[in-house]
Amino acid sequence: MDPHRKRNQALSLAAIAVVAAVLYFADSGASDYQIRILNNCAIFAALAVSYNLINGVTGQFSLGPNAFLAIGAYTSALLTMSPLEKELSFIIDPVIWPLNEIQTPFYVSLLAAGSVSALFGLLMGFPVFRVRGDYLAIVTLGFGEVVRVVANNTQSVTNGPLGLKGIEAHTDLWWTSGFALATVFFVGRLVRSSYGMALKAIRYDETAAEAIGINTFWHKMLAFIVSAFFAGIGGGLLAHLITTISPSLFTFFLTFNLLIIIVLGGLGSTTGAVLAALLVTWGGEALRFVEEPMQIGPLDIPGIPGMRMVIFSLLLVLMMIFARQGIMGTREFSWNAVFSGIRRLQRGPGKAK
Amino acid sequence: MTELFRAENLTMQFGGLTAVSGFDLSLCRGEIVGLIGPNGAGKTTVFNMIAGYYTPSEGKILFEGKVLNGKKAHEITKLGIARTFQNIRLFPDLKVIENIMLAYHCRIRSSFFGAVFHFPLYRREEEEMMRKAMLLLNEVGLAESAEEQSSSLPYGKQRKLEIARALGTGPKLLLLDEPAAGMNPSETQELLDLILRLKEDFGLTILLIEHDMKFVMRICERIKVLDYGITIAEGTPLEIQKDPKVIEAYLGEVRTC
Repeated sequence: MDPHRKRNQALSLAAIAVVAAVLYFADSGASDYQIRILNNCAIFAALAVSYNLINGVTGQFSLGPNAFLAIGAYTSALLTMSPLEKELSFIIDPVIWPLNEIQTPFYVSLLAAGSVSALFGLLMGFPVFRVRGDYLAIVTLGFGEVVRVVANNTQSVTNGPLGLKGIEAHTDLWWTSGFALATVFFVGRLVRSSYGMALKAIRYDETAAEAIGINTFWHKMLAFIVSAFFAGIGGGLLAHLITTISPSLFTFFLTFNLLIIIVLGGLGSTTGAVLAALLVTWGGEALRFVEEPMQIGPLDIPGIPGMRMVIFSLLLVLMMIFARQGIMGTREFSWNAVFSGIRRLQRGPGKAK
Repeated sequence: MTELFRAENLTMQFGGLTAVSGFDLSLCRGEIVGLIGPNGAGKTTVFNMIAGYYTPSEGKILFEGKVLNGKKAHEITKLGIARTFQNIRLFPDLKVIENIMLAYHCRIRSSFFGAVFHFPLYRREEEEMMRKAMLLLNEVGLAESAEEQSSSLPYGKQRKLEIARALGTGPKLLLLDEPAAGMNPSETQELLDLILRLKEDFGLTILLIEHDMKFVMRICERIKVLDYGITIAEGTPLEIQKDPKVIEAYLGEVRTC
């Protein structure tokens, strides 16, 4: 179809190689803090892409990714922790069978995290997709809270509010960047296929989608389950990055962060989700200085924790007023667009049509 | 001629309001039948019942001998009944050709895994979708607009695109809801020719709602007139034009001084 397919594939491979080289040097040369930021960037990019599949592409305003992240994080953490570690951690109630005996390799725990999360997505989907629009948002918001509260109260499974400590730090740059790449590849391909077009059709006009024979319920379910699967793995990676998890980590705040990212990137754009995830994650670190005590002229401002979120919120408000489309709108990155952009620049702005 | 479709005693109640009552209709293969009546007569409600958007309160819908009651809209489309909408409902940001390709999506056999990992079956099916969509665009004269966004098309072409999209689902019965609405006389004429040609080429049976009386009288072999949800007349265009009840429904009672 595309005459430039070979060239584009070569360029994509080259780009991946460049990123891999950068990561290789970062892995050995960068400080722990910098590596931590890179890891966060990669995980959040993948999470944003998967969240965008249901919220942006399919247009179903779900507010429950924190539930999937929590499920994934707990599943994989409970699987990689050694039986001894679990015995020591669960001081109030001992952990139930078979979790007290099981220990699996990291990759198995991640697959399990994705699968369990996808299964929850399937079960949740039945009540969730009985409603639309605002109601759907409220129902998913509710499920997000339910998962957190359950995690808080099932002492013998999740260790309750004490959380899980001493999770081994398996997550490294290769895991996170590999996961981000796999997510972008999978979701990107899905969106470009006829299944993806059907998802977009549901966003534009569900009635018309039904009229041309699209089973809207199962297509929405498909997007939801795929989204849950990747969010679950992301949760697993996050757990093995920060090594300590507790229910308070998976509040609505996490969902809100992801929501900012996909809105900033442009709802429906995978490219936008990645760009915005990098921007917000890096920006969150870069903006740390605003929370420190400052002296501006005669003004002595004490450190205000949470100031960064105020800035992000303001950013979101400004975007809603001036650039509702976000960074990318619904467009996607493509080499062809880059080349036609370069050609336009070469021709000069005057002659551009 | 064999019977393709039959509706028996269809009734639709919304709370206390009866939108349609005791609606009977039988369609033979290859027929073009018109459904007319003043605004609010219940014509679109009949379409919504047939296409599976409403479940009739009473009555039975039969298509090729199968009962359609309780089936979902997408299932009915797959069985072979396609529809267009009174207010055009395209997918605005998708390309013209993508709008049509989507109509074939409901019949592909590839799973979404096959689609994501480009299994050979999916590749073949995708090429097939593209090829068929292009043929269909040629048929309705929209081939050169294939790569444009559907929302950028002029009104008349959007109508045609919506009809083409409905045809993509492979229907035997096509329901057209006011296809000529908002068109000028020459566009209407063009549409009339197109519908007649498509009917022959695709072996369609057509049920249409229309307010443009000239259009209805010229295209339909049989007409059914609804008023306040009740069938008040049925017959050939000539009979309908003379029917006093129809004249009354449209123009009000004839007063004799």
